[in-house]
Amino acid sequence: MIPSRVNLINVLVPVKRAIDYAVKIRIAKDGKGVDTTVKHSMNPFDEIAVEEAIRLKERTKAVTSIIALSIGPAKSVETLRTALAMGADSAVHIVTPEAPSPSSNPEPVNVAAAIKAVIDRSKAAGADKAIDLVIMGKQAIDDDSGSTGGMLAGMLGWGQGTFASKLDVDKASGKVEVTREIDGGLSRIESKLPIVVTTDLRLSEPRYASLPNIMKAKKKKIESLKPEDLGIDLSPRMSVLSVSEPPKRVGGGKVENVDELVQKLKEGGIV
Amino acid sequence: MLARTLRSNLPASSLPSRLAPTITPIFSRSLSTSSSSLPLPSHQSASKPANTSAYGRNLHVSAVRKSEVEEPNTRPEINTPPSIYNFTEEEEMLRETVRKFAQEVIGPKVTEMDESEVMDPEIIKGLFDQGLMGIETSAEHGGSEMSFMAAILAVEELSKVDPSVSVCCDVHNTLVNSTLRLFGNDYVKDKYLPGLATNVLGSFCLSEPNSGSDAFALQTTAKLEPDGEHYILNGSKMWITNSGEADYFLVFANIDPSKGYKGITCFMVEKDWGVQIAKKEKKLGIRASSTCLLSFDDVKVPAKNVVGEVGKGYKIAIEILNEGRIGIAAQMLGLAQGAFDYAVTYAFQRKQFGKPVGDNQGMGFQFAEVATEIETARLLTYNAARLKEEGKEFKIAAAMAKYHASKVAQKASGLAIEWCGGVGFTRDLPVQKFWRDSMIGAIYEGTSNIQLETIWKDLKKKYT
Ligand SMILES: Cc1cc2nc3c(=O)[nH]c(=O)nc-3n(C[C@H](O)[C@H](O)[C@H](O)COP(=O)(O)OP(=O)(O)OC[C@H]3O[C@@H](n4cnc5c(N)ncnc54)[C@H](O)[C@@H]3O)c2cc1C
Repeated sequence: MIPSRVNLINVLVPVKRAIDYAVKIRIAKDGKGVDTTVKHSMNPFDEIAVEEAIRLKERTKAVTSIIALSIGPAKSVETLRTALAMGADSAVHIVTPEAPSPSSNPEPVNVAAAIKAVIDRSKAAGADKAIDLVIMGKQAIDDDSGSTGGMLAGMLGWGQGTFASKLDVDKASGKVEVTREIDGGLSRIESKLPIVVTTDLRLSEPRYASLPNIMKAKKKKIESLKPEDLGIDLSPRMSVLSVSEPPKRVGGGKVENVDELVQKLKEGGIV
Repeated sequence: MLARTLRSNLPASSLPSRLAPTITPIFSRSLSTSSSSLPLPSHQSASKPANTSAYGRNLHVSAVRKSEVEEPNTRPEINTPPSIYNFTEEEEMLRETVRKFAQEVIGPKVTEMDESEVMDPEIIKGLFDQGLMGIETSAEHGGSEMSFMAAILAVEELSKVDPSVSVCCDVHNTLVNSTLRLFGNDYVKDKYLPGLATNVLGSFCLSEPNSGSDAFALQTTAKLEPDGEHYILNGSKMWITNSGEADYFLVFANIDPSKGYKGITCFMVEKDWGVQIAKKEKKLGIRASSTCLLSFDDVKVPAKNVVGEVGKGYKIAIEILNEGRIGIAAQMLGLAQGAFDYAVTYAFQRKQFGKPVGDNQGMGFQFAEVATEIETARLLTYNAARLKEEGKEFKIAAAMAKYHASKVAQKASGLAIEWCGGVGFTRDLPVQKFWRDSMIGAIYEGTSNIQLETIWKDLKKKYT
């Protein structure tokens, strides 16, 4: 580890354009996915990741640059623009085909490989450009796979601090401390850079992009790449057989008293 | 492709010659196909070579041949202008960010602010921090440097949650900032715009106890001091929005009442110079927005604080209020949508007779009708805003937008109460507040009658 590197952390924040959290999800007609012709916005956990990266920059002064990365169809540019308006410095867009192509929303292992390719490329560009920290959502609220962060750390051979509720980076030593909320308490882990951190809900509260920052974001650069440019293949390894709604709750009835309740339970073979 | 935009019954002579080659198939078809009057999909008509009836050829002799060689099957691209529903990327982002801010930051405080008739200072600070108080102001003056439409969208989104907050933002941007930006000299712009964009609230003071609709009958006077360096202001202003919290006041006063409206002059006045906030009105709606009576008692204002030319204040007021009305239209539009969203959601949850009340056709048709009316208000409002941005005549569009949007707001919020039933009539639900707030749309920045008069006078010009 080169000591001077510590003062020059480049943070990569992968952000996904996902169906907005407030949208009521409906199953698509073909029963193999959900209706995607609805409002999309940045995956909430990724918003937290962008916020944390900005706060880290403001707090530690150890961050040289925050790079937002999105892998998705053309409209993912909007998500990157939001990250830039929040405070990311530059952005990379790996453009995938439009839905319904299965590669439009690639699987976690492919996403991890794509992120790795961007990191490898940054290393090749020189020590001052090398990415040493990835802050990303612990899961995307559309697929709920929750596996990209872990896979990425594995592929890179980096440490990982998953489901972070607190993050500290010591500028001088390059030590990273991640607090995780676990059953019955908190777990604190320590690692050295480089590391992959995934965000939990309580890590930070994302800011609103202010109007002047929206205007500044217009001038920031979004690099557009094709998967081939990075030598990666986003074609799926799995196929969705079916997507179905949870069974509808069947309306209950009212009972007058405990005896009637017990009788009904017996009738139903429950007791 | 673009078949929908070209009508085959246009006389050939009315078409630009550039279009001639590729429209030939239409002509030939309409001349030769007697069996069917239905337009064929373009690929069908193109599968045959273009019909070379003598008539068709005679019209476009050389051009037809050229088109057959190059692109026999395609219609020309017609650059039709986009619909009003086209926004810049920044406008979309602004809408999103203001929507979130309104729902998450303002939303929880709406009822409390209405009941206590006070705007939470944190909300005003939030508006400044978000860059919402200098929307069109240049970056050089600390502003967000966005479009007029951006201001309109911001006002609309804020109004969906709280029309009191939106009027604070609207008056500050479309009346105060705009007057300075468009008419102020460099001195007042450099001195006041940065504060107005970052932390100082402004008020626009035209109305007086004895001059409302008849605004230019105002009686506040400004006397030039013998030194020629100062004016002395005396009089009172009534109904001044934001005046409870403002530090900067744009004041219209007459420098020489004998000149009538041609004496009206606009001044930038700081509160510290002696502006007295006399009384705060107790209102039916937009109760969190302060509306006060002001008095000026020998307030000394430097002559360099005249905004625009001496004696041209009436022109400033007319022009700024023309624009401002689009802001009020946006306020009423957002209000209507906010009330509608709340009540319709409720109606699909509330069950009577074993099903949601919203599932009755009698309710559903009312939703459809009001949704249509809200859409008309939106189109009028956005179109007026775009006309203004394009530098086109927008006075009548703005008057119509404000007049109509305020009516739609009253209707939508009134019905929203009905749709919610008894609970809609209580102060536990926001719909009654939307309805109380809606009434102001027909009053300020020119009453509905004054809008109708503007529209009527324009009609008269056209018809006489
Ligand atoms: C909450 C609130 C906030 C306000 N904020 C501001 C502000 O920030 N700055 C500011 O300068 N002013 C402000 N005003 C004042 C507002 O613009 C005036 O109230 C408005 O212009 C109407 O004037 P008026 O109240 O004197 O009514 P009047 O002019 O007395 O009108 C009474 C009625 O007569 C009708 N009428 C009047 N003249 C005619 C005519 N010629 N033909 C047909 N009908 C007519 C009107 O339409 C109305 O129905 C505010 C008012 C309110 C209530």
